[in-house]
Amino acid sequence: MALAMLGAVSQGILWGIMVLGVFITYKLLDIADLTVDGSFALGGCVCAVLVVGGMDPTLAIIMAMLAGMVAGAVTGFLHTVFEIPAILAGILTQIALWSVNLRIMGKSNTPLLRVDTLFSSVTDATGLPQNIASILVGLVFAVIIIVGLYWFFGTEIGSACRATGNNEAMVRALGVNTKVTKMIALTLSNGLVGLSGGLVCESQSYADIGMGTGAIVIGLAAIVIGEVLGRLVPGQLRAFGSRLTAAVVGSVVYFLIRAIVLQLGMDANDMKLISAVIVALALCVPVVWEKYQLRRSYSRASKALASAGATDPAEGSTSNDSTIEGGR
Amino acid sequence: MLKLSSVSKTFNAGTINEKRALIHVDLHLAPGDFVTVIGGNGAGKSTLMNIIAGVYPMDAGTITLDGKNISRLSEPARATYLGRVFQDPMMGTAADMQIVENLAMAKRRGKTRTLAWGVTKAEKDEYAERLKELGLGLEKRLTAKVGLLSGGQRQALTLLMATLTDPKLLLLDEHTAALDPKTAAKVLELTEKIVSERKLTTLMVTHNMNDAIRLGNRLIMMHEGRVIYDVAGAEKAALTVADLLQKFEEVSGGELANDRMLLN
Repeated sequence: MALAMLGAVSQGILWGIMVLGVFITYKLLDIADLTVDGSFALGGCVCAVLVVGGMDPTLAIIMAMLAGMVAGAVTGFLHTVFEIPAILAGILTQIALWSVNLRIMGKSNTPLLRVDTLFSSVTDATGLPQNIASILVGLVFAVIIIVGLYWFFGTEIGSACRATGNNEAMVRALGVNTKVTKMIALTLSNGLVGLSGGLVCESQSYADIGMGTGAIVIGLAAIVIGEVLGRLVPGQLRAFGSRLTAAVVGSVVYFLIRAIVLQLGMDANDMKLISAVIVALALCVPVVWEKYQLRRSYSRASKALASAGATDPAEGSTSNDSTIEGGR
Repeated sequence: MLKLSSVSKTFNAGTINEKRALIHVDLHLAPGDFVTVIGGNGAGKSTLMNIIAGVYPMDAGTITLDGKNISRLSEPARATYLGRVFQDPMMGTAADMQIVENLAMAKRRGKTRTLAWGVTKAEKDEYAERLKELGLGLEKRLTAKVGLLSGGQRQALTLLMATLTDPKLLLLDEHTAALDPKTAAKVLELTEKIVSERKLTTLMVTHNMNDAIRLGNRLIMMHEGRVIYDVAGAEKAALTVADLLQKFEEVSGGELANDRMLLN
């Protein structure tokens, strides 16, 4: 059990890097980029083929990231230059990548047998158990990337990218070419996804054509879990750095839940259903809650009006004067 | 400063919904001109603003700004020279970003954005100074998210953002129409103050005839895609709402000005 949990934590961190990629498009750019399923597998396939071919495992992971960036750029190109809706552009790239990935590997999976990976070399060098080594390597990558993203989205270009997801008309009026910012964000996002694919491939010692299937849903689920957890923390984590960290933590929690469910004897194939339910619930709850609040405030106000109406109707009305000084 | 020569724009050309929004419009603004634009619904006022800003391309004509032909420049490229405030208070600011971050983005209008830090310390003091001039207490809320501000506060902030880099031309597209009267008056007062202090060449669309007469040194009236009345200086200062209504009735062939114009 403990071993399974450790494995889940390490998986959660490695996949967490993919979640950071999804965070950029879904939370900052406000588009659901479906390229992710394809670019994750692309990262894995590229990495596996290169490592088997004798490339340095770390360099192979960098190449996986570059491959992911290219995939993101293709989606960005379709979306910005030809104005294909983002969701459709992502689906097109994702479908195309299935064939591309098969071409890259030449078969549907590539095992990394008897070759050194980043993880095996850390295990050999330190004598740590494999799970611990994966967690350490994953943490190093995650920390570097979170710091990097924090820096990037604080820069002039990064601010423009964030603002693009917020209010496109405004950023254009401020002289920013939103095609460029969208392109940057999609490329960066899929670069991280590809990187994560490469890391996962090396940690599990094989790449599979289907390894990215459902990655976007895992990403969304992890983001949602991270947000919920962030809200539970006193003071509510709103700062950008904590939102990024929460996304990775959400990913770890997702994989822990998954491990527990599997330990309870559930079929691994049902996990996708559970992921979908988690995301669907997380998206439903705020809407249902708000509707409930609206209805409740109406019935409360009617009750108050009914009791106040008997005495003095003017008493119940409050001044509606909103001045410029009054915030919402 | 701004020169439009024979600018035309037709929407949905060749269809049943064809709308000739601008018909050979000629307009020449001298540096420091503050021109108010009035006209009924569909007169082409907003199209005029959007054509100048490059939101969509024009069919014919040329636009020069400060001697530079900007007819073929894209919207972001033109933004270098233009400050814009929209009718919708939500449109001019990024809700999920801080007040300083919004101002910092406006400060970099027309400059190449780099990987330098998005907001510097020195800037923050400058912004605090400028925000103080608005008299809304926003200088104490520099890191607050803009989404927490009221519509009027957001519009005042947008106005500041639009004028932060002293644009060659300030475009105000009914920027007080969505605000309540008291807030609208305050934003208009700020507009007047900023425009006169910074000596900005300004084009302001409004539905309010009183404002159109009171503000600026020149007034133009548009009707069905044409500038049909252009008055400046002493003659403009002597205008009354009744004059404008009469003028409007003349050109629209007895048809009365629309309700919104009358109500204001």
